[in-house]
Amino acid sequence: MDIVVSDLTKSFGTNRVLDKCNATFPEHETTCLMGPSGCGKTTLLNILMGLTCPDSGTVQGVPQLKSAVFQEDRLCENFNAVANVRLVCDKSVDDSLIIKHLEDIGLKDSLRQPVSELSGGMKRRVAIVRAILAESDILFLDEPFKGLDEETKRATMQYVRDNIKGRTVILVTHNIEEARVFAAQLVTMKGKDKSNDS
Amino acid sequence: MISIMPDRHRLERAAAVVFALVVWQIGAMLLGQDLLLVSPIAVAKRLSSLLAEVDFLRAVRFSFVRIVSGYLLALITGSSLAVIAGRFHLAEVIFWPFMAAIKSVPVASFIILCLIWLSSRSLSVFIAFLMVLPIVYTNMLQGIKSTDSKLLEMAGLFRVGWLKRMKYIHLPQLKPYLFSACIVSIGLSWKAGIAAEVIGIPDGSIGEKLYEAKVYLSTSDLFAWTVIIVVVSIAFEKLFLLLLQRLFARLERA
Repeated sequence: MDIVVSDLTKSFGTNRVLDKCNATFPEHETTCLMGPSGCGKTTLLNILMGLTCPDSGTVQGVPQLKSAVFQEDRLCENFNAVANVRLVCDKSVDDSLIIKHLEDIGLKDSLRQPVSELSGGMKRRVAIVRAILAESDILFLDEPFKGLDEETKRATMQYVRDNIKGRTVILVTHNIEEARVFAAQLVTMKGKDKSNDS
Repeated sequence: MISIMPDRHRLERAAAVVFALVVWQIGAMLLGQDLLLVSPIAVAKRLSSLLAEVDFLRAVRFSFVRIVSGYLLALITGSSLAVIAGRFHLAEVIFWPFMAAIKSVPVASFIILCLIWLSSRSLSVFIAFLMVLPIVYTNMLQGIKSTDSKLLEMAGLFRVGWLKRMKYIHLPQLKPYLFSACIVSIGLSWKAGIAAEVIGIPDGSIGEKLYEAKVYLSTSDLFAWTVIIVVVSIAFEKLFLLLLQRLFARLERA
């Protein structure tokens, strides 16, 4: 079932961030949400994730099982990378699988260090593995490759692409190259005039 | 350099203690009246004779069991009430006047009131409990309120169960608040508990020994028992904090 957003409006105080926003996100496909800073991409994503309530409008078809890479890493800083991923996984995902994924994404030497000791780029990759391994039907990615150097970014994008496994993906980015890599449908948001520009 | 610093710090502290003892000894010698200021050597002698007395261990056990019971009871109750208040705002509002009253009413008022309600033998349990409760409650509630809402959002989105939330999110965030509450309140529980025993005079307690020292004007007994209280209180604090630290370390490793 496609996700359909109709006439979505959201204000924070006097600042109207979304104004009658309409968009469709096809099931099992990757959709890239683009637009200038402050145009409401993250707000729309938060509404789709169920973290923010819209003032008006409707959202239909969002699956129950969600996972996400947030704009911030949102990791448990005292725990290591394996523990952070284990936190969101069910019992069927054992540590060896988590370790394999972390190694695949280039964190072989940092598996048992507390996350607080990792660099920004390493934390980002832990957050990505966490989102990938959590049982879900939809994956929300809010600027997931932010802060990664070019080489790491390419490898990480490849890792994500290989592990989407038929899930619906909504990717927020400023980078058209990322949309190309994921062969994604584009939804562009232009300031207060939001449109579904596929 | 790093390994040398703690040793130097210890040496400085030891030197300061020796200096304080020398000042005390000189003061006692200058005054020349044991009734007003007993010398540290006389206290040490009395302390060694006390250790050999049958009553000594009994008195320490009596006070230790009661004060520590009151302390642990307050730790559990204060933490539980803080969890409830953190979850339900109405509970926080309801608890507020009780906690404010306990914090501001003088301990002597509670002791006298409790002597009417309770037997003197259980007085120190209740007084230690009352003094520690608001500290634990306030600290833990502050810790619960400062839990990272973004981490809780993340846990909600990933459908993380309450047990995992407790281990990964709540406990690590509460840890500094819990330790701070414990450090502040352990010493206070001993001070308040012993004060309650001095007023209630339960048989075979440290408080009774202090009271007797006052009645018989035995300054060396007073100082010796005070040293014992300080040593037992510090030993308990160190041991308890060590156990708590290990518990958290085990939780983080598991």
